[in-house]
Amino acid sequence: MLARATTWLTILRISIEERLVYRGDFALGTLMRFLPIVTQIFLWGAVFEAIRASGSGADSVAGYSYHDFIAYYLLTMIGRAFSSMPGLASGIARDIRSGTVKKYLIQPIDMLGFLLLYRTAHKLVYYLVAAIPFALVFWLCQRFFPGWPDAITVAAFLASLVMSFLLGFFLEATIGMIGFWFLEISSLMFVYMLFSFFFSGHMFPLDMLPGVWGPLVRVLPFQYLAYFPAAVFLQKITGPELAWGLAVELGWVVLFILAARATFRLGVRQYSGFGG
Amino acid sequence: MSDHPSYLRVFQTFARNSLVRDMTFRANFIIDTVASICWVGINLSFYLLIFQYTGMIGAGTGWGKWEFFLFLSTGLLINSTVQALFMTNADEFSELIRTGGLDFALLKPIDTQFLVSLQRIDWSSAGNFVFGLVLLVFSLFQLGYAPGPVEVVLYLLYLVCGVTILYALMIAMAASSVWLGRNQNLFDFWFYITNFARYPMEIYQGRFGTPLRWFFTFIIPVLVVVNVPARFLVQPLQPQTLADWLLPAFALAAAVLSLLASRWVFNRALVSYRSASS
Repeated sequence: MLARATTWLTILRISIEERLVYRGDFALGTLMRFLPIVTQIFLWGAVFEAIRASGSGADSVAGYSYHDFIAYYLLTMIGRAFSSMPGLASGIARDIRSGTVKKYLIQPIDMLGFLLLYRTAHKLVYYLVAAIPFALVFWLCQRFFPGWPDAITVAAFLASLVMSFLLGFFLEATIGMIGFWFLEISSLMFVYMLFSFFFSGHMFPLDMLPGVWGPLVRVLPFQYLAYFPAAVFLQKITGPELAWGLAVELGWVVLFILAARATFRLGVRQYSGFGG
Repeated sequence: MSDHPSYLRVFQTFARNSLVRDMTFRANFIIDTVASICWVGINLSFYLLIFQYTGMIGAGTGWGKWEFFLFLSTGLLINSTVQALFMTNADEFSELIRTGGLDFALLKPIDTQFLVSLQRIDWSSAGNFVFGLVLLVFSLFQLGYAPGPVEVVLYLLYLVCGVTILYALMIAMAASSVWLGRNQNLFDFWFYITNFARYPMEIYQGRFGTPLRWFFTFIIPVLVVVNVPARFLVQPLQPQTLADWLLPAFALAAAVLSLLASRWVFNRALVSYRSASS
């Protein structure tokens, strides 16, 4: 038991060290990642200006004011910092295709566990180095935020972020596992990315979707990757709706943990080790 | 027999070879084309959604729904052209510098910038080009406006200017990898810079917007790329007074100057180039 724990800690430490090597790139890259938001801010500024000029009296779009929109985009950056898993699915598929997945099969290392620790390590380092640029941007933009929400909201926000990390990880890991049956998953990945980008709320708050689209998107797990944490923090989702949302998010996390494990086991069973 | 190759014939060969290659990997080609179009479709849905809530972008700017789509389609035409002709080449240029493969390009009896910039054409961007064209025609139809021959000629001229400015920026950035090495950040940088040119320049207002607009018009002229041609198609925004013609005139000058500047940067990069062992 102790040996197991030491193994995990070693893996964590190695991964952190590896990531720290690239810390120079980080700080500048992190700041640059906020640049597209600048354009969005101006776009929405123009939209709200037109709304105001039209004399309709409305001052919000789908319940979000201009300041809410900017705050929303900034918050989705945090959501993305937790839930995005670049290269996870394609990495797994590549390992399967090239045969290097064998090292997980013959060594006493659980592949999903290893990858999860690896990602956690990377994310931890990322947060450490990105904390300063993020704090700077949020401090500069503090007037767009309606002040600090109450403790329950903050707790719910943090919970939703941790769950979005797990959801993002196991969702993409499951997709990667499809590499056991199909050699090339890049087209599947692409479709996933498209859906994910649109339905996760990166482009706009999902409350904007009209008619049947709103409820349809709420059925999908993508909203928890960016929209849900942001909406929670801005207190657009409260009370029983909030509790329900968190419960459903947990449900999705459990579902994909099971899916990832199951597809891995099934995949290994029918895997013939090419290459490596 | 002349010593100089016929540049037109060489370009035609590049185009044909690239097409053959793309058709050989047909599945990839189709996937790439569909992928690009889907991406455009998603963005379009977003803008359609915005126009559910407002009739115009900016107060009194003239950029209503179909005018905005005219802007978007112009952007599509220009960006797909740049992507088809130059993006792969700029990427490969950085690799050539890094690996020393540029030696072989330098040895060929043809202008190096021409060779490096045009040898590979990415035909999968043609899908976006067609999409842009369809959107353009549809939007004009919705507005009930048919531009006259003068507008059409000016539009085409400024499409070329736009492509030129973006090309100059791209090749200068790629050439800078002679001095800066690793180029991944470079292409992120490209995306971040051109992102500012996605929307009509009228959105940049106020304390931060105006300096930003000024910077991206006169220092890195990405804002004139799509804005100038698009305005020729939007009736209320077409140049009327002499002052209105200043921006198109500047855009023309910017295109020429950018091209010359990029040539200068390119040649300086060649001078500084030290091959890797090849």
